Amino acid sequence: MSSTTSAPAETTQEAPRQYRHKKTRSWAWLSYVGIGVIVIYCLAPFYWMVVSSLRRPQDVFDISVIPSPISFQNYVDAFDPKNEFGRALINSVFVATTVTILALIIGILAAYSMARLHFRGKNFVLGLIIATSMFPGIAMVIPLFRVFTNIGWINTYQALILPALSFALPLAVWNLTSFFRQMPAELEQAAMVDGCTQGQAFRKVILPLAAPGVFTTAIIVFVMAWNEYIIAVTMTNKAEYRTATVAVTFFTGTTGRDIPFGSIMAAGVILTVPLLIMVLAFQRRIVAGLTAGGVKS
Amino acid sequence: MAVVEASSKKPKTTKSRHAATVAEEKLATKLLAPTMLVLIIVIGYPILAGIYQSFFTQSQGVDESGFVVEGDQFAGLENYTAIFSGDVGDRFWNAFYVTTFFTVVCIVIETVIGVAMALIMNKALRARGIIRASILVPWAIPTVVSALLWRWIFDANGIANSLIGQQILWSTDGWQAKVAVIVADTWKTAPFIGLLTLAGLQIIPEDIYEAARIDGASALQQFRQITLPLVKPALLIAILFRMLDTLRMFDLPFVLVGPGKPSVETLSILAWFENFNSRFGPAAAYAVILFFYVMIAAYAFVKLLGADVIGEAREQTGPKKRRGLMARVRGADS
Repeated sequence: MSSTTSAPAETTQEAPRQYRHKKTRSWAWLSYVGIGVIVIYCLAPFYWMVVSSLRRPQDVFDISVIPSPISFQNYVDAFDPKNEFGRALINSVFVATTVTILALIIGILAAYSMARLHFRGKNFVLGLIIATSMFPGIAMVIPLFRVFTNIGWINTYQALILPALSFALPLAVWNLTSFFRQMPAELEQAAMVDGCTQGQAFRKVILPLAAPGVFTTAIIVFVMAWNEYIIAVTMTNKAEYRTATVAVTFFTGTTGRDIPFGSIMAAGVILTVPLLIMVLAFQRRIVAGLTAGGVKS
Repeated sequence: MAVVEASSKKPKTTKSRHAATVAEEKLATKLLAPTMLVLIIVIGYPILAGIYQSFFTQSQGVDESGFVVEGDQFAGLENYTAIFSGDVGDRFWNAFYVTTFFTVVCIVIETVIGVAMALIMNKALRARGIIRASILVPWAIPTVVSALLWRWIFDANGIANSLIGQQILWSTDGWQAKVAVIVADTWKTAPFIGLLTLAGLQIIPEDIYEAARIDGASALQQFRQITLPLVKPALLIAILFRMLDTLRMFDLPFVLVGPGKPSVETLSILAWFENFNSRFGPAAAYAVILFFYVMIAAYAFVKLLGADVIGEAREQTGPKKRRGLMARVRGADS
């Protein structure tokens, strides 16, 4: 910071370039402030979650920026058998993975035809898929709740997985379509000249080349499925079928009414960190995927 | 750009299109069938079932001949007309107001912050990696976790009260609960609007600004005359998606403040609450109303502001050449 503030003094010696230099300097200085503000805005609340989770349970109301002493007791507490958080994490992994795989398999077929084939009503289908992503979840959950009650699907995995496709599938189709569309058609045509059928050309040429796009889509869909709440909270009422996002809202403290924020923050960190690792490792592609689809948050 | 590409390609594509039409349409039907089937099951059917369910009430009573009647009874439009009177009506219109209020306020704040972020990011060439990484953090945090995090921040003994030196009970019913929800929502999604807007900013060629500067345009003029109009398509899409997302807001107020708190009770929460209490008819009616509210809002937004949602994915202009990833966010700029 100090080096940038002293900079204008140096530049005054260079008379001809003085104006321009000064301007870029002050821009640079301003943009550093801006960057700082954005980074703090985005990270401070998350940092507070991490810090709070690393305090000793009795220090939870401390407001020091660095916890001292550091304690992992909150993480131990989060996995206390009464919270059933471990089971909930397994449920979340299973449900989110299944949703992602199903959405990708079904979505790849649809996306291929959207990106490569010409057929009547394509704009209509595109519009329909976009429109479904605007669909309010509650309007699906309420009727399905009664259906699932009648056929005994409450507290089952399929009651969590099938409704989740309502947002996962349009998301997958939309993203995959834009990735497939970037693949040059000439590659496919070349493969077909060499004797591939259209299907083979897709499987053996386009799909491997589009693998990064498929992978990105998988991460985005997985994040959405992992974060899902309204379906999980409606379709389950037994702790053993809750997903982690629901389980964490049911944490109870030792003395009944108090909210165990320490272990809740620890659970929040556990729920977030795997996503962050995945997202940050592939951040360039994720950003491309998000902006390409104009996808909802 | 899109126009040039499309016109230069036209002869070739129309020719091959004619040749392959029948086979391609057959293949397309086969490939789209699974998707359509799933969407019919998880969206088409629930819409119809919801509308059907909204014509019934669930009450226990005795009919004229003295038999106990249980379960669903046909009620016609009763669940809908009920919103125009009495306590039910008050509660519905409160939820309607809360939903609309959150949508308008959150979007205005998020757009302003998001655009400001995008402008900064566009200037900051060196630190782009750090910014992108930090912007993805609020996006990746599950809404429920962020709701719990903000509940902790806004706890009576939490950091928010310590920082402002007040003793506000944020998560109790009232204006402060609204503020808490708006702050939490803004934190999570303003960076996302920033990300989408940045994608739109990056495709504006620098020489336009150069020309404007030579003509003596001020920074503010450049922003209003060049940046805003050119970034508008990307921004509109971002706002549209945010609008639809906020209209169906559920997790955040539900976890941050709790169900049954009028000041943050959105239509989604009200419908869920009714369903939870086995009033399936009214619950379905509210969900149906929300569904049409969302549809009308989306339609009006697209018509009034001309957001092009399908964008260049549209059949006629579908470009086959590789274009910059970021370029595609602008939708159709024609």
